Amino acid sequence: MDGWWKKNPFYVEYMVHEATALFVAAYAIVLLVGLVRLGQGLEAWTGWLEAMKSPLSIVFHLALLVAIAYHALTWFKLFPLTMPPIVVNGKRVEPNVVVSTGWTAAIIASLALLGIVWRIAA
Amino acid sequence: MSEQKVIEIEVLRYLPESDQAPRSEVYKVPFTDDMSVLQGAQYIKDHFDGSLTFRWSCRMAICGSCGMMINGIPKLSCETFIRDYYPNRITIEALANFPIEKDLVVDLSGFIEKLEAIQPYIIPKEPRTVEQGEYIQTPAQFAEYIQFTSCINCTLCYAACPQVGLNPEFIGPAAIALAHRYNMDSRDGGQAQRMELLASEDGVYNCSAVGYCSEVCPKHVDPGNAVNINKINAAKDYFLRFLSPKGGAK
Repeated sequence: MDGWWKKNPFYVEYMVHEATALFVAAYAIVLLVGLVRLGQGLEAWTGWLEAMKSPLSIVFHLALLVAIAYHALTWFKLFPLTMPPIVVNGKRVEPNVVVSTGWTAAIIASLALLGIVWRIAA
Repeated sequence: MSEQKVIEIEVLRYLPESDQAPRSEVYKVPFTDDMSVLQGAQYIKDHFDGSLTFRWSCRMAICGSCGMMINGIPKLSCETFIRDYYPNRITIEALANFPIEKDLVVDLSGFIEKLEAIQPYIIPKEPRTVEQGEYIQTPAQFAEYIQFTSCINCTLCYAACPQVGLNPEFIGPAAIALAHRYNMDSRDGGQAQRMELLASEDGVYNCSAVGYCSEVCPKHVDPGNAVNINKINAAKDYFLRFLSPKGGAK
């Protein structure tokens, strides 16, 4: 079974999807460190904020954004596989409707969050 | 008349009497646009080597016998056409994740055991006598499981599942889909018995939701969905026992 996932593009997508979960974890750690620094006082907190502004951190966050977006996209793709069928008015909801609803909800939630942060920052 | 087209078909051969390990052999097969890969294999058997062994029966994607790896993808060879690969070479191999018996024939005994283990028949909720009449089922109750009755046991989903490859004991997509078919049947009362197996170490939690089983299924059974729904069911059983008398013990 060595290298099984390289034999088929479908498996490669699966492995990339699974691997991008590590980026989600990485971002959670970044935020947790921020929380810890906040608890340590003003100096520690501003230090963390400054570190976030460094070019290296910005590049890192862009990479995180791409990886997490891919993870979210492929995660919603798995919805019809993993969920019990949804029946509305006696009819089963089509898999592509389930997937596109998930994507739409994710995009709206992201934009709403971006809007809120934008207003707070301004 | 146009010129006769010829395609190269590379076949993974294995003759247990003479071969230490499987080996490849290439045949040049003349074909017409209406020829399936199965017919290509039949041409090889009829004209080049009568010892080439493969299973087939209906030639119309109903019997589920002629599954093989075609260029690395599990497919029914009767509904896969040579013209779609021409002018490239076609490689045909025995289904992945099964022991090879001879050439393209795999040993299905492990799969048959799994099928038997999930008790693929109605275990009546309440036994009825002939005098009491038939079991009544509404169209809505029928719709709950009809999709999972379409399985033809072609085992393409086992060849597609990397988890079956890693753990051959995993009950696997088709057998779990069939267990789900009976669990979902309003006439059936055997769910508790089947869930014991589905929730076991060889059960649904071997699945990591790759989803390729559902992708290759020629009958759109969506076995991956059956497996994943039963992860939820198994988890429910696990947690609900804390609420039931005697902790769910029998």
